[in-house]
Amino acid sequence: MGSYIPNTGEQRREMLSAVGAQCVQDLFASVPKDMLVGDGLDLPEGLSELEVRRAVTAMAEKNRIYPTVLRGAGAYRHFIPAVVRSVVTREELVTAYTPYQAEISQGILQSIFEFQTMICMLTGMDVANASVYDGGTAAAESIAMCKDRRRTKAYVSACAHPHVIETMRTYCFGSDTELVVVPEKDGRTDLEALKAALGADAACFYLQQPNYYGNMEDAAAIGEIVHAAGAKFVMGVNPIACAVMATPAECGADIAVGEGQPLGLDIAFGGPYLGFMAATKAMFRKLPGRIVGQTHDVEGQVGYVLTLTAREQHIRREKASSNICSNQALCALTAGVYLTAMGPEGLEKAARQSMSKAHYLAAELEKIGMKRLHGGEFFHEFVTACDKPQAVLDALDKAGILGGLPVEGGILWCVTEMVSREEIDRAVAIIKEVC
Amino acid sequence: MKLIFEKGAPGQHLSLLPSCDVPEVSLSQERKAPLPLPQVSETELTRHYTALAKRVHGVNDGFYPLGSCTMKYNPKINEDMAALPGFTQIHPLQPESTVQGCLEVLATAEKLLGEITGMDAMTFQPAAGAHGEFTGLLLIKAYHHHRGDSARTKIIVPDSAHGTNPASAVMAGYTVVNIPSAPDGCVDVEALKAAVGPDTAGLMLTNPNTVGIFDKNILEITKIVHDAGGLCYYDGANLNAVMGVVRPGDMGFDVIHLNLHKTFSTPHGGGGPGSGAVGCKALLESFLPGPVVEKAGDGYRFAIPEHSIGRVKDFYGNFTVVVKALTYILTLGKAGIPEAAENAVLNANYMMKRLKEKYTMAYDVPCMHEFVMCLEDLLHDTGVSAMDIAKGLLDNGIHPPTMYFPLIVHEALMIEPTETESKETLDEACDVFLKLWDLAHSDPQALHDAPKTTPVRRLDEVGAARNPVLRYTEA
Amino acid sequence: MNFPAELKYSKSHEWVKMLDDTTALVGITDYAQSELGDLVFINLPVVGDAVTKEEAFCDVESVKAVSDVVSPLTGVVAEINEALMDEPQMLNESPYEAWIAKVEDITDTEELMDAAAYEAFIQQ
Repeated sequence: MGSYIPNTGEQRREMLSAVGAQCVQDLFASVPKDMLVGDGLDLPEGLSELEVRRAVTAMAEKNRIYPTVLRGAGAYRHFIPAVVRSVVTREELVTAYTPYQAEISQGILQSIFEFQTMICMLTGMDVANASVYDGGTAAAESIAMCKDRRRTKAYVSACAHPHVIETMRTYCFGSDTELVVVPEKDGRTDLEALKAALGADAACFYLQQPNYYGNMEDAAAIGEIVHAAGAKFVMGVNPIACAVMATPAECGADIAVGEGQPLGLDIAFGGPYLGFMAATKAMFRKLPGRIVGQTHDVEGQVGYVLTLTAREQHIRREKASSNICSNQALCALTAGVYLTAMGPEGLEKAARQSMSKAHYLAAELEKIGMKRLHGGEFFHEFVTACDKPQAVLDALDKAGILGGLPVEGGILWCVTEMVSREEIDRAVAIIKEVC
Repeated sequence: MKLIFEKGAPGQHLSLLPSCDVPEVSLSQERKAPLPLPQVSETELTRHYTALAKRVHGVNDGFYPLGSCTMKYNPKINEDMAALPGFTQIHPLQPESTVQGCLEVLATAEKLLGEITGMDAMTFQPAAGAHGEFTGLLLIKAYHHHRGDSARTKIIVPDSAHGTNPASAVMAGYTVVNIPSAPDGCVDVEALKAAVGPDTAGLMLTNPNTVGIFDKNILEITKIVHDAGGLCYYDGANLNAVMGVVRPGDMGFDVIHLNLHKTFSTPHGGGGPGSGAVGCKALLESFLPGPVVEKAGDGYRFAIPEHSIGRVKDFYGNFTVVVKALTYILTLGKAGIPEAAENAVLNANYMMKRLKEKYTMAYDVPCMHEFVMCLEDLLHDTGVSAMDIAKGLLDNGIHPPTMYFPLIVHEALMIEPTETESKETLDEACDVFLKLWDLAHSDPQALHDAPKTTPVRRLDEVGAARNPVLRYTEA
Repeated sequence: MNFPAELKYSKSHEWVKMLDDTTALVGITDYAQSELGDLVFINLPVVGDAVTKEEAFCDVESVKAVSDVVSPLTGVVAEINEALMDEPQMLNESPYEAWIAKVEDITDTEELMDAAAYEAFIQQ
């Protein structure tokens, strides 16, 4: 039906005649004739807007929306203030390209500069980039920042998110880098194994905080072990947890990365999300991707530009350390608006409530005999042992509750500020019936 | 304009969350550093971002002929569909039976895009074009490894290629062999013949290429690579010129990436999120990143390909971007897809014809969806550079073309009008371009001084790079 | 443009100042810096790096480009001019004071030109 083409048949004929063509096919004269598909494409007829709305809405309706979500594992349903959607659906911001023409892109550039600043505030690091695709690719990109001629091996904790480990492994397959997984012990990185594993060829160690099981790692001690081996310490952090836990900078991280989805982005079946990357001053030139800097114009007015661009692929080509070109600008903007709306108190509230409610759920589950699988501190996720996870999850499912994620040894639960005490009590009552 | 950190006052805030209804807990190692996030009212917040939005040129603010970026109109229905709660409120790790609609989106998009490109299978995991390139090259690498052929260490890239091509090849562990372009801007077939050998893993190519020309030797080119045992990678950046007209799969390509945010009308978001879907022929299917979606009875399920290279990203890619692209394809359909390509090509040729009156074309032959002008003579005659003309356009409400790319053309301006612009808009833009050409001759200084009407004027990029200020710090 | 007589010059526009038979300072020429434009960063080599004549041993960045600096000598990097990290503009402002590296244990040197020959070379 429509193809959003404004020109009428008459105008097209005029234009064809202006370029000296009889018909539009003449313009494709350089395409070998027998290669043209003609009418041969097996595609459905185009639809009117009403029809397409029906068709796509029908697909959306085949998905189930759970009123209560007790599952996280890398995608977290937090409260999103109304102002966030209102700002990030403005069409100037939605439809612009990468801000190559700084004079007419100050809005995007300034929003990225503010985002970079906020990521530095959250992580305590000195410098942040304009964002990358997601937390997994941010972790994978950090390896290239740390490798040099002598230090060629990358290390990752077994307690990192499995997707992150897999993504790192795929990137390492590309760069022919050896990736060593340091084993876990009681739901945390095994410090002795880490000490033993790191050799003179260790480039970096990646630690997730809180880790995949929700447990808090002894990040500062791990940082010391990593530095003692002469390697770089990379921390992958939950940005909301950063409001309450010791920051990557306080734990001695050289690089802090993470998944920015909790900062105002919908869970949206896995994306788009937002990878953030921050580093110490000593390492900032190794950051991949776009970076915005402050400068001034010919009249002395403050303005913003993409800067340090000679690191990047469009200039360095095969000598660039990363191929990344775009960032997730609109997602970075979303995070910026979210953090502004929440403010320091609001963010701490979201973090503290998520953590407190998770502890409440853990305590209530323990009362009915579902014990935590690991000891020690946790943030807003934890694993309980469970001998019939499917029965538990099915029972919750019937009540409109997405229960925790089945993992080896039990169930990985998550609670955010979105879940009320009443909902938790209801879930526990259902579980009690099953167990 | 002030930064958000310079607005508001301590204590200002929005009222968002209730008080905690469970006992509060804390960590033994709590954050010590203060958290100096902005403290503003909702009024201040919305005004700040409204002001920022006004300092951005989007597709609806005016003509945006940014070559190689396909800045076509972004239909509103796409945004509506992607915002359906049935998509946005779905957890990526829900049971498969509760996400059948999401799987149907991915499976349907795969089928339709497979048909458009002539590919047998597809992954939507890559988040952007460059990410797709990396993924596609890893498929090639895994394919050769799987055959036990470890001697193929080189990827051939023409010198007209986008910088991501060689950078992606290196990330995939390959050595890059740059081959010069022929005088017509196309692949130098003899140079290619000389470059291929038992160490050739593959060739990366854009067709139409970065100067906007369809390489008529394409079948010979892909055959040369195949005969040498290599595979052919199609950079889909320029697919808008040929979708529905000719298929990369029929040109002899084995693997491609698509920029759903270019060709398939999903917006660019100021630099992302995009989607760099990767399609491949059957011989590479078993190497795709997992999981992929497959049919299972009346529904769909996830599966991991047998020899998968592994994940390139968390979860399944930029899912709601795929929803937008699918909405667009369903809207255009069988007739609309080629119609879009044909009009993109017509619009480009029309502008080229009009601008040829004064400007020098880098390749003076009919173009596809974009064309490149070479302003070297203008610079020589008047001292006005491609950059100056670009900045002059800013004062006329037009987003400049891509500048100084491809690298094989000096003082390049690369213009891609897209099919969603009217003849009226093209004529007005051509008038502006021609007016600026005259101005370059009559008053070059006026162009050196441009822009004058933008929120800021030319910025000191050298100063920004020499003394990097990359974040706000409290005075 | 200025080409001091006491220096030797390479075809790829580096200058060499021999300190003794096996030690020299290396930098880029006035001509090189003017062609490269405003330099914003230098990726210096590392002390202890072996350098080979006619091969790149570091690179310099302008806003829009990156360019290799080619070593005219084969030897070992003994010292680097770290001040250039903070003030890359010295490469533009005083190219002959802004030495990049001190190379020692020189075992081989490409054919270098004197100032007059280099000036004639760049005229071409």
